[in-house]
Amino acid sequence: MATQQKKSKPYLSTIIYGALSITFYAVVFSNEALVTETFTRGGIYTLYPVGTAFLFSFVHGAFASNLLSVFGLEAKK
Amino acid sequence: MMSLGAPGAVAVASNMCHKYPKAMIGTYKRWKYGQVDLKLAATMASTAIIGVQIGVMIQKHILNKWGNDGSNLYVSAIFVIVLVLVGGYVAFDAYKLAKGGSDAPEKQTSPLAQAMQKINLPPMMNFKVAKVRISAWITIPVGLFTGMLAATIAVGGFIGVPGMIYVIGASAMVASATELGIAFVMGLWGSIQWGLSGLIDIRLSVLLLATSLIGVQLGALGTTYVKDYVIKVTMAATMLIVAVSRGALLPGYLSKFGLVAPIAPSTAAILESVSFWALVAALGTAGLISSAAMIKGMIADRKQA
Repeated sequence: MATQQKKSKPYLSTIIYGALSITFYAVVFSNEALVTETFTRGGIYTLYPVGTAFLFSFVHGAFASNLLSVFGLEAKK
Repeated sequence: MMSLGAPGAVAVASNMCHKYPKAMIGTYKRWKYGQVDLKLAATMASTAIIGVQIGVMIQKHILNKWGNDGSNLYVSAIFVIVLVLVGGYVAFDAYKLAKGGSDAPEKQTSPLAQAMQKINLPPMMNFKVAKVRISAWITIPVGLFTGMLAATIAVGGFIGVPGMIYVIGASAMVASATELGIAFVMGLWGSIQWGLSGLIDIRLSVLLLATSLIGVQLGALGTTYVKDYVIKVTMAATMLIVAVSRGALLPGYLSKFGLVAPIAPSTAAILESVSFWALVAALGTAGLISSAAMIKGMIADRKQA
């Protein structure tokens, strides 16, 4: 539609979430031994792997969503 | 993951811990597109969890009585029976829809679902997004079998999605989206169980999430460009090719129990390679059909705009 304003692409959000996501991955893999030892203790420590998966899905999921928008891949309105 | 050196249980646990956040993001996206019936997902998930317990009990019984070979034979036989029967029916239905035009039949409910919706057995449930009013007693077996299949072959959706379409009466679009909600609840519940035993390797889970979170969102937005029957075609093609993949392994398992004549090592090697390549073909076919339909839909949409 000619009257419709073109939506600006979320470059800034993509960069922020992307940087956050890279930081999270770097934290996990630079502390592999500690993470693996703590996260596999079982019992109440289950909260660590389950919570981490949640956290990654929010941050990396938001990055992925913004990235797709930057590439122009949007859902049909 | 197992081929990369992770022990079986750790591979299963870590895979499950990546599946539930992926399903959560997929559910959220498709809910935003108005495709998820949260009430139906919650109803199905609550019975599916019971189904998982029953499925695990059956698996344990078979493992104790007939060992690993018995368990492999059981899993493969269930795979082939379910996938051929259900996949065959979905293929037939998709063919009918594709032949009769792709728009009008979307709202058509299967004769079985129509009959089920007429059963007035309280409590009756109203599923607004799925646009279905049905007795809770009909949703219970569908949920139970979804859970049982999830415990047996790890993919409950092969029963859950067709069950919601042909027994409950939801559209393929709503059924496939709602299944993600069920997968989220079952996956979270399963991950907690594995986590309690300390078997989740979070490094594997987050590595899998790196690409799958992009894939699941691309798939979700892709569904807004495709017609209902395309989902059925993709589902049928995947199910039937996976059936070939598992079916190729059946003669080997049957021969271990002396149910068929022993198989020559060269034949066994050929069958194993057929099984592997059929699985690759199933994944490739599903990806190709959905990507092609999505790109076609996007091009048509941009031309219209």
